[in-house]
Amino acid sequence: MKIEEANKICLEKIQSSTAYWTDIRPAREVVPGMDEYTILHAGPPIDWENMCGPMRGSIIGACIFEGWADTPEEVETIARGGKLKFDSSHHHHAIGPMSGIITPSMEVSVVKNDAHDIETYATLYMGIGKVLRHGAYDDEVMEKLRWMNHELAPLLKKALAEAGGIDLKSIVAQALQMGDELHNRNRASNALLVNSLVQHMIKVGSRDKVIKAIDFIDKAGHFILNAVMAGSKGMLDAGSHIAGATIVTAIARNGYETGIRVSGLGDRWFTAPAPMIDGVYFPGFGPEDANPDLGDSAITETIGLGSFSMAGAPAVVEYIGGTAQFAMETSLKMYEITVGEHRTYKLPPLNFRGTPLGIDIRKVVETGITPVINTGIACRRPGVGQIGAGLTAAPMECFTKALEAFVQLRNT
Amino acid sequence: MNKSRPVIDREIQVINIGIDRFAEDLMEAGVPVIQMDWRPPAGGNKRLIEMLDRLNDESGSTRNDEDKTNK
Repeated sequence: MKIEEANKICLEKIQSSTAYWTDIRPAREVVPGMDEYTILHAGPPIDWENMCGPMRGSIIGACIFEGWADTPEEVETIARGGKLKFDSSHHHHAIGPMSGIITPSMEVSVVKNDAHDIETYATLYMGIGKVLRHGAYDDEVMEKLRWMNHELAPLLKKALAEAGGIDLKSIVAQALQMGDELHNRNRASNALLVNSLVQHMIKVGSRDKVIKAIDFIDKAGHFILNAVMAGSKGMLDAGSHIAGATIVTAIARNGYETGIRVSGLGDRWFTAPAPMIDGVYFPGFGPEDANPDLGDSAITETIGLGSFSMAGAPAVVEYIGGTAQFAMETSLKMYEITVGEHRTYKLPPLNFRGTPLGIDIRKVVETGITPVINTGIACRRPGVGQIGAGLTAAPMECFTKALEAFVQLRNT
Repeated sequence: MNKSRPVIDREIQVINIGIDRFAEDLMEAGVPVIQMDWRPPAGGNKRLIEMLDRLNDESGSTRNDEDKTNK
């Protein structure tokens, strides 16, 4: 098949995708291959030996949460002893921000792409600062994790059932017109989510629990992000495995390597060392404390959100650094490496032009422009958490490796 | 005998493609310059350019590659 034809099919599958948040279930019940002692993580596959501090910290917290160990030392022992089965979440239709750790007892959002019969999963968003996904696991973090799993998740599950699901694609489209870029700025989308859920939560929950849940979702600021990530993955998975397509279907980082997947190259990862982040630090922290780029949240950029939509979200630069002009220029640059524009996600400052969609490995290599990623910065030491936010880019090496593999495949 | 005339007898405006230094020198001399953000394709890497050319030259459905996605 011609590359242009293949890319057209790939794009159409992505464009026609849906994202309905329908349920919350324990990971062991819904995530394929989620056996006891399975630990899913962000980014391409990685061994314990190469895992960064925040990812190890998250795993320590998750193991204690599961009751597999009581101390960090015990976790280290079972990790090195081979008892823990590590794998990339992407291999299990799942996704997670930063460390992205998912273990069997964790409650996960179920997001459906009905148009293509795909179901994807993500844990619930925990807030900013000292949280599990950034490698923090002290008593306060563990208490919040238990509250989320045992109280918040059941309430949301009932509310989602009462609501008949939440249309995430619609919320994303609206929020883009309200100043969000849906990666590091979710003020509008989070509020729209609360608006969609609150009446249903009141119907199914007790007053005190609903008030606490609403307060948490509101103050978390980015609570909707994980569900949007799952929805974005479901859309991009619909466009994967199209022979001859040069469109990127995933960008993900494990804090050691950044990896990309390409539609016409199936499930293979093309990796390079994870870059550092140019960012704004919380008081008391600086670049010397930072971990290299980490997390699956670049799936938002891959679907045309995040930096690709910054032109419509000038206020995000207050969080990640830069100027409104820079935000505009960044999104405009991303059109140079994409093959289409989103039919539903539109940017008012660009006269309602669709967001740049369909990163083409050929265009990245030819132009030398790599996909920019808006992202959080994790402390490189486990147990600390998020220390800032900023900008980075997927390394060119990922794209040149993918291009070489693509040419090789065409020649066989 | 020809009279000597300036090479450029009116105000010049420049669009510079390539090395920034040329634009900077002109700007220092008060010449209006627009620096175009341009790089050679694939950073000038011949091997990558050849690969890109090969893909761009493809003229249609060549092979039965429907199952070539390394699933």
